Amino acid sequence: MSQPQPDPGTRRTAWREGLDRLKASATTEPGRLRIIGAVLAALLVAFGAVTAWQVADRAAASDAVVDHSQPLSADAADIYRSLADADTAAAGGFLAGGQEPRAVRERYEKDIALASALLVKAAANTEGSHGAERQIALLNAQLPVYTGLVESARANNRQGLPLGGAYLRHAGDRMREDLLPAARALYEAETGRLGDDYDDAESWPWAALAAGVLALGALGWAQRRDYRRTNRVFNQGLLAATAACAVVLLWLVTGHALARAGLTTSYEHGAKSLRVLNEARIASLQARGDESLTLVARGAVLTPEGNDAYESSYRTGMGRLVGAGAKDTPASGAPAPDSLLGRASALADGDGGREPLVKAVEDVRQWQQRHREARAADDGGYYERALPKVIGEKDSTGESFDRVDRELGQALAHEQGEFRSAADDGRGALTGLAAGAAVLAVLGAAAAVLGIGRRLSEYR
Amino acid sequence: MSGRTGGRWAAVAAAVCAMAAALAVLPPSAPDAAGSRAGATAAASAARQSAVRAPATCTDPEASLRPSTADGPAVQRIKNRGRLIAGVDQNSYRWGYRDPATRELSGFDIDLVRAVAKAVLGDPDKVTFLAIPTNQRIPALEKGKVDIIARTMTINCDRIRQVAFSTAYFEAGQQVLAPKGSPVTAFDDSLKGKKVCTAKGSTGESELRSESHGATVLTVPNQLDCLVRLQLGRVDAVITDSALAAGQAAQDPSVRLVGKPFTTESYGVAMNLGDQDLVRRVNAVLEDYRRGGAESPWMVAYRKWLAADLKGITAPPEPKYKD
Repeated sequence: MSQPQPDPGTRRTAWREGLDRLKASATTEPGRLRIIGAVLAALLVAFGAVTAWQVADRAAASDAVVDHSQPLSADAADIYRSLADADTAAAGGFLAGGQEPRAVRERYEKDIALASALLVKAAANTEGSHGAERQIALLNAQLPVYTGLVESARANNRQGLPLGGAYLRHAGDRMREDLLPAARALYEAETGRLGDDYDDAESWPWAALAAGVLALGALGWAQRRDYRRTNRVFNQGLLAATAACAVVLLWLVTGHALARAGLTTSYEHGAKSLRVLNEARIASLQARGDESLTLVARGAVLTPEGNDAYESSYRTGMGRLVGAGAKDTPASGAPAPDSLLGRASALADGDGGREPLVKAVEDVRQWQQRHREARAADDGGYYERALPKVIGEKDSTGESFDRVDRELGQALAHEQGEFRSAADDGRGALTGLAAGAAVLAVLGAAAAVLGIGRRLSEYR
Repeated sequence: MSGRTGGRWAAVAAAVCAMAAALAVLPPSAPDAAGSRAGATAAASAARQSAVRAPATCTDPEASLRPSTADGPAVQRIKNRGRLIAGVDQNSYRWGYRDPATRELSGFDIDLVRAVAKAVLGDPDKVTFLAIPTNQRIPALEKGKVDIIARTMTINCDRIRQVAFSTAYFEAGQQVLAPKGSPVTAFDDSLKGKKVCTAKGSTGESELRSESHGATVLTVPNQLDCLVRLQLGRVDAVITDSALAAGQAAQDPSVRLVGKPFTTESYGVAMNLGDQDLVRRVNAVLEDYRRGGAESPWMVAYRKWLAADLKGITAPPEPKYKD
């Protein structure tokens, strides 16, 4: 077939010329076939490219969940916990006075060292997160102030001066009013980033799916057109292209669905449990600190209602941990469903997750019982009997608290493992998808061009 | 008909009798406790203004009952129990505090309580010490939780309507505590532009509210918290009563009491209004405590606990009696 010659007398632009040629070729069957072949190839390549790009994006987001934001969120939780733990250890050591056990002192020093080290690490990883940066700066500024106050408290206490107790209460106030809220805000910021990475990793790759459906539809239409014109049922090239396209689309849907399921599991059973367990651990640490400060302050600070401020704070903390019992009947048995341990128990799965929590609840109940005995002794004027019930080695509230802390630590380790394995499963589902999609799409495009080429050759 | 009416009247009378009996038998503690607590808070706020509007009938709240060693029901109650229950402070250095090293309570107030225990029970160690917060002093006496309160408690006209006081055992007054070399010299214009710390709800706070001398005021939960703020450089001076200020000065050699006390407050041992025999007994103990001039137990305790920081006291306050 001959091409119509452009009029040599008029000057035309190259674009105009190309458009005219396309128009002209569209009027002939081989020309139409060429256009169809080009469009099919372009659609398949575009599908492959969009799929590779979006899948790589999601894989990067799920990598960020596992390798970056979750560890940072866990580190922030550790900063939060080690600060609360330091405060509890400082109060406990203070109560023991000159006979401060070496283990308590070491625990305090380890907590402060860990918090400082993790703050440096967090500072190096907070690029662009303004909220986190501010909290880290505040924590870095306030931590030395706090440790200074604790040392003043210790020095005065060793001199036998009640001023030491006032310093310790002041240090405790700085911890509760400045440091812990900042550590909590940092934890929230890091956990918020984890949530963002989850959302990025779990969002459906709509552009890739749309491109796939479009490419598949175009292939179907081309084959139907072919069948109508030639009465031939199969064009092998187009068929191969369709198969490649369908495989990529199916792989994309199942791969992403599996990844999403894995990540959702890791969130539901890992990240969410970790959050509640961290809160529970902080609540138990603060209740323990309050318990010690009640004996240090000895009625020096009262609530507006005239009750001891630290004893009421202990009760509030215990209420958050296991739920407040009815007024005169001591709470016992299972924790309230909306309390931290109640929620953690509901989220825990498997014996590995549930067992430490069951034990923790039992030990909290024992702690509460021993606390009541210690308070009764102190309120009855028997400070010297109350003290060993709180800081003694055996049968003390301190012993119960240590067990609770250890069990919550075990539950946290278990949930961390659950999180990791579910997230790794999810991540694994996306392995090879980006590269596979690209290769298959290119092969499909080549097959489509070959299929159209076969038809074209019939016109020569 | 008349029989039935009579029966009805009898039933009504029986019901009235039963109710009266029930009222008489019911322990009055619950409503009383609630009432007295409300009364205590009202009294506490009234006490702060007592200097302004003392009732006409109360001119000499420090006057107490004459001493006697005769056993009445209250002394008998303590003897039967075998222990004296005393409400004390455990945070006031040199008055009533628990030494963190020995875990023993000690101080001027504690010595006084032991002297009462020795007189009544023959043994200074037969005491149960309860830590009673400031705002629980009157309720604890009214509820019978403690026999006596020896806790730097000021005698005033509002309180003598709720509790009975012994004769005054110490005279103190609001005073300024400042670092050595500070330009603050007294409760006067040297406070201008300075930051002053005082305990929330204390006499110091109400004095500063009526005349601040140009100072800004920081209030804290406990008077000892003021010394922490002073050491940290957050405030320039502390206002509290001289007795507690002496306890603060004893903990920090670089601060001192400056100027004269600008109020007068007498401390007394507080007891339940009904325990008149105990009041007389405690006054008898105080008579012995004051007797002996420079070697009296009072002067010995003063020298032991207070003389280093609260100088210039040569004798205990003179007792006053109203009967």
